[in-house]
Amino acid sequence: MPADATTTLALPKSLTGISGFDDITLGGLPTGRPTLVCGSAGCGKTLFATTFLVNGAIHFDEPGVFISFEERAGDLAKNVASLGFDLDNLIAERKLAIDHVHVERAEIEENGEYDLEGLFIRIGFAVDQIGARRVVLDTIETLFSGFTDHGILRAELRRLFGWLKDRGLTTIITGERGEGQLTRQGLEEYVSDCVILLDNRVTEQITTRRLRVVKYRGSAHGTNEYPFLIDHDGITVLPVTSSGRDIRVSSDIVSTGVPDLDRMLRKGGFYRGSSILLSGVAGTGKTTFATHFAHATCSRGERCLYFALEESSGEIIRNAQSVGLDLRQHIDAGLLRFEAARPNLYGLEMHLARMHRDLDRFKPEVVVLDPLSAYRGPDNEVHATLLRMLDLLKARGITGVFTSLTRDEEKRDTSENGMASLMDAWIRLMDVDANGERTRTLYVIKSRGMSHSNQVREYRITDEGIVLNDAYIGPDGVLTGTARLTQEAREKAAALRRQESIERRRREIVRKRETIERQIAELQAAIKAEEDESAMLIAEDNAHEDVLLRDNAARAARRGAAE
Amino acid sequence: MNVAAVADPTSYRLRLIVAGSTQRSRKAIETLRNVCNTRLDGQVDLEVIDIYQLPEMAREYQVIAAPTLLKLLPLPVRRIIGDLSNSEKLLIMLDLAPATPP
Repeated sequence: MPADATTTLALPKSLTGISGFDDITLGGLPTGRPTLVCGSAGCGKTLFATTFLVNGAIHFDEPGVFISFEERAGDLAKNVASLGFDLDNLIAERKLAIDHVHVERAEIEENGEYDLEGLFIRIGFAVDQIGARRVVLDTIETLFSGFTDHGILRAELRRLFGWLKDRGLTTIITGERGEGQLTRQGLEEYVSDCVILLDNRVTEQITTRRLRVVKYRGSAHGTNEYPFLIDHDGITVLPVTSSGRDIRVSSDIVSTGVPDLDRMLRKGGFYRGSSILLSGVAGTGKTTFATHFAHATCSRGERCLYFALEESSGEIIRNAQSVGLDLRQHIDAGLLRFEAARPNLYGLEMHLARMHRDLDRFKPEVVVLDPLSAYRGPDNEVHATLLRMLDLLKARGITGVFTSLTRDEEKRDTSENGMASLMDAWIRLMDVDANGERTRTLYVIKSRGMSHSNQVREYRITDEGIVLNDAYIGPDGVLTGTARLTQEAREKAAALRRQESIERRRREIVRKRETIERQIAELQAAIKAEEDESAMLIAEDNAHEDVLLRDNAARAARRGAAE
Repeated sequence: MNVAAVADPTSYRLRLIVAGSTQRSRKAIETLRNVCNTRLDGQVDLEVIDIYQLPEMAREYQVIAAPTLLKLLPLPVRRIIGDLSNSEKLLIMLDLAPATPP
């Protein structure tokens, strides 16, 4: 509808400066109009309102007036001081005014007709004094306990909200959650522009705060329940999907920190911005791989945020030291930060909210989450949370390294299976139990967008880090550990034997050749002897012939004489 | 009722806070003046404050409704809101109730 679209564009909004909230409302609260923030006791109404005012005063040059019906100004300042809000200073700078409207039922007696002009004037006076653009009324329902004539009160409240609107003041009115309606006194009837509901639910001893925009006249808004977080950094609202699927895709490669593992991947590492799952049973060195990755990241001069869910940062640093990685230097350089929190300390969404905030603050290039399997809860909830977590990382182009504990080698964890399809790369770490020893092997199950080794490789965790051994693939499959060593020795012996037999054969041939050559020489000698003898005989024959010839001649001569 | 105890007009300190000169304000002022003159001999410490003129007084005296009559003395402090249309009730509230007829 084009009409709707124009209103959306035309409706001016005032930023609250509350992280995430301005995203889901597409720009904050309606400018110049009252907004009702309701919720049960302790759900953060006052804090929400105070943050709205303080941010307005500090960041948006919009001074604000806080009309408190419950807390005294001093208490209020004290309560929010822990969040780093210095109300006294803001008051001194005339950016903030606090008026505590004290309603003491016991003091008040009614006699005749009255109106709430006193309240109007107090608000007006405070607004005029500092030129306020924002007003908070917290919690105006307190008036209902002070006055018996609710008819007058309601009429006056209606007039008050109209008056605030006429003056163009962006107002937050807080209200206590009532039975069957949003507020106890039905304030939602009077404030029709924007209604926000805060909620504080406890399931399985874990509290999750949630926020919902019930209504926002003239504007599109996120309609889901969004978890939010209150801690020393104030309020953070976590948009479920703030970015959609608009993801920066990078073809940069980041090293895993294990050179041998890098070589198993065609590109020499994983793509920047991809999500990498390291799964394996207990004791396969998932955390060690993760710390290698972190170390490599920081060594490149990039920032790494390490969410340690089961170990403390101290333990991880010490353990990394034992494999030759000095993480301390990176922490000192401000490149590495640990965020340690027990998974059962908050609900899943709180973790997500915290992560969201930490990401925006630290702006890391790599995030390590160790281990993912620490998150417990209904499968679909865990899955949804992780999906959002991945979206969070992807939208920022952050490389995510997740470790996951596999409980049973045979039966794959369902959560792991659910995870796997979301991950870009998956390395499985395994324990091979054979010949009375346990060896560690790994293989790359998948690595989207690049080819990778299909080998199962044995790895060792050494003083100098993780080292992969060359795979030995024998007739009985992959051999690891001592079996691999024995097999290697066996092979060596066989080779030696082969070598020896070759030598032997070679020697035999030499011997044979020598024998034959000797025989040849003998035969040659025999021939020589025969030749010599026959030459001698021939010579003798020749001599004999000569003698015969000479004798014949002599005989002839003698015969001739006799005739 | 011990009328003598309340007869001392100097023990009274009253502030009537009104918002502008509306009918309601005028009615409240009139009624109160009347009571002061008849019952407290006109000697009472009474101030009428128009918070349109002196808005900071609204805060000073913790005013929400108008008109508001503040009885600061004698203690306990009381605030009576409304145009004081019921003057008998006003007398009771100011501890000036007429002695009940025997």
